[in-house]
Amino acid sequence: MSDKSHDPNQMTGAAMIVRALIDHGVTDIFGYPGGAVLPIYDEIFQQSEVQHILVRHEQGAGHAAEGYARSTGKPGVALVTSGPGATNMVTPLTDALMDSIPLVCISGQVPTHLIGNDAFQECDTVGITRPCTKHNWLVRDVNDLAKVLHEAFYVATSGRPGPVLVDVPKDVQFATGTYHPPRKSDVHRSYAPRVKGDATQIRKAVALLAGAKRPVIYSGGGVINSGPEATRLLRELVEVTGFPITSTLMGLGAYPASGKNWLGMLGMHGTYEANMTMHDCDVMLCVGARFDDRITGRVDAFSPGSKKIHIDIDPSSINKNIRVDVPIIGDCGNILGDILQVFKAEAKKPDIKTWWQQIAQWRARNSLYYKKSNDVILPQHAIQSLFEATRGRETYITTEVGQHQMWAAQFYGFEEPHRWMTSGGLGTMGYGLPAAVGVQVAHPDSLVIDIAGDASVQMTMQEMSTAVQYELPIKIFILNNQYMGMVRQWQQLLHGNRLSHSYSEAMPDFVKLAEAYGGVGFQVHKPGDLDGAIQEMISVKRPVLFDCRVASLENCFPMIPSGKAHNEMLLPEQANDEATAKAFAGGKALV
Amino acid sequence: MNQPASAYFIEERHDPNETHTLAVLVQNEPGVLARVIGLFSGRGYNIESLTVSETEAQKHLSRITIVTTGTPMVIAQIKNQLDRMIPVYQVVDMTQTRRSIERELAMVKVRGQGEHRVEALRLADAFRARVIDATTESFVFEITGNTDKINQYIDLMRPLGLVEVSRTGVAAIGRGPEGM
Ligand SMILES: Cc1ncc(C[n+]2csc(CCOP(=O)(O)OP(=O)(O)O)c2C)c(N)n1
Ligand SMILES: [Mg+2]
Repeated sequence: MSDKSHDPNQMTGAAMIVRALIDHGVTDIFGYPGGAVLPIYDEIFQQSEVQHILVRHEQGAGHAAEGYARSTGKPGVALVTSGPGATNMVTPLTDALMDSIPLVCISGQVPTHLIGNDAFQECDTVGITRPCTKHNWLVRDVNDLAKVLHEAFYVATSGRPGPVLVDVPKDVQFATGTYHPPRKSDVHRSYAPRVKGDATQIRKAVALLAGAKRPVIYSGGGVINSGPEATRLLRELVEVTGFPITSTLMGLGAYPASGKNWLGMLGMHGTYEANMTMHDCDVMLCVGARFDDRITGRVDAFSPGSKKIHIDIDPSSINKNIRVDVPIIGDCGNILGDILQVFKAEAKKPDIKTWWQQIAQWRARNSLYYKKSNDVILPQHAIQSLFEATRGRETYITTEVGQHQMWAAQFYGFEEPHRWMTSGGLGTMGYGLPAAVGVQVAHPDSLVIDIAGDASVQMTMQEMSTAVQYELPIKIFILNNQYMGMVRQWQQLLHGNRLSHSYSEAMPDFVKLAEAYGGVGFQVHKPGDLDGAIQEMISVKRPVLFDCRVASLENCFPMIPSGKAHNEMLLPEQANDEATAKAFAGGKALV
Repeated sequence: MNQPASAYFIEERHDPNETHTLAVLVQNEPGVLARVIGLFSGRGYNIESLTVSETEAQKHLSRITIVTTGTPMVIAQIKNQLDRMIPVYQVVDMTQTRRSIERELAMVKVRGQGEHRVEALRLADAFRARVIDATTESFVFEITGNTDKINQYIDLMRPLGLVEVSRTGVAAIGRGPEGM
């Protein structure tokens, strides 16, 4: 025996992987085994520090890791085998890239000498995932593995967070080499995200804010990613300046929905007051958001009269879609702190009383209005009931993608960050259920609800089985309109009401389905039964499928028709056929 | 405005295009070139010319020179997108600095006889192209210069029996004593 066998840092590649997870404080990972990762699974079997959650499809592992990450601020970890295991991860990796979610995916690969041979379950994983990760690595030498794993965690969680992937061939997992704990030199010298904002730019920003007559703060997911301090500072800035604040879909919860300066969400399905305030403002402070096309509408008509300040950690977000006047590159928390300090020292609260009066008029339009019914449950009403029934509790909401997602954003009031998990950038149907699994793993005693659509939920339904296995009492609250509602809405508005393949035929019996998985099913048709059923759902300590039958033809308003400006919103009370036709004029044959 | 039925804003803005030469200093590791090229194809940016070679072997540094075209906003995006890649150390816009020298090398094969052959040699002389291979009916010329000069030379060779061209693409360096 050589001396080396006594060195505790001598170990196999597979052992290094588990050891690195432990060294990075990882307690839970989501994965699915296969030939190319069996050595890692063998290591997992022989320890108890890292809990492995077995999903039913690798996409589920990815979204669960995303939910875990978004609800904790820690990186989510997924483990998949080579070939199909890796290709099944492409959707969650892309999702995490679009929404800046820190994710570390470890994939198995065929042994190094077989790479390039079309070996069984071989695919070019680093090639396939290159455009959908922040960075990825193929590790060919076991002695590089520790460094790469530590770098992977650093890259995923620092700067603008994002997904990374480490591809580890099976022979590297078996081989023995030297492990080392994380150290600074593990990271590429070329990677140094900027944290602190430029002082001159910060002064310019404060001067603009102090002189504003019609200001608005527009915040995004970056504030939540930056951590609790950024949220606290954002709230303080609103307090100190008295400015109105709106947020993107990803940013909900950074400022409380019950706060008096809250305008509601902005963008395509945002409130009238939020979009009008954006359109007519003279100074816009964008914090950790990226002027996405769902936010701006028509770019050349986007907030035409304003000076724009943009805080972002990613320089490539600056001037990508909208030209801004004062870009500040760095971490939002850090920069908000500096702005506050300068503002408090040198400026005073501008008088914007007339601006608030104007905003009050816009608010009075009541753009989220909908007509309740005694016979049929309106989806908006269902979300409001859910909100009322859960507001006192520590509740985490995930969603799928579609109308239900927009109604959840409009009608569920988020008071805290990290409580709202939705697929914003990629718009991935099937995100919500596995994300709820991940959230519940991270917060076993909290209430975790996936606000789902009848079509989306069928994309990753199999993760109900995961929830049952690990006794994760997630609540899948399906707004069942028997349509791909959002698709149908666009077909009605833009494609002459030709409802091509947007009706959900052959709907499963969700109650029986829940029972088949070993969960609990509910079905509600009548508005009068809703509150009681929701209470019952909450009290059940098992996974639930709640089939909430809602008005099947309800549409999601307000809406900025595409190619239109913020001040050309279509409001619910105007959304009769004629007005709709006019708003979408230029389209094909209209409704 | 003629916006067709879509949830996207379909009309494009048409600012005038500019051509820029970018020098990109990268860690020389497997896949780094694929990352850079993938960025261009994935985001729909143009590559007019691309050269790459290791420049500092001990430090594992390579230098990629890219000539690209786009609106000023797109050029700025390209630089930012390159700069945020993990193995990229530095991106320098050689066009913006206005203090750079650009060179390209081309090998130009010309086949012909009689007057054409004499004319080709005469032009080569005027362009300071060297003959690096010759047969009784052909020449291979080596020419160095900026892209315009090489284009011009190739155009002149065309009627004289141009057979094929191999070009290195553009390499660029800043003037003066300072490094990048
Ligand atoms: C994976 C995926 N495929 C297709 C789409 C396009 N899409 C967006 S919303 C939607 C319909 C969603 O229907 P449902 O889940 O029932 O939600 P609803 O709109 O009815 O609330 C579709 C097909 C998507 N977003 N994701
Ligand atoms: Mg539906």
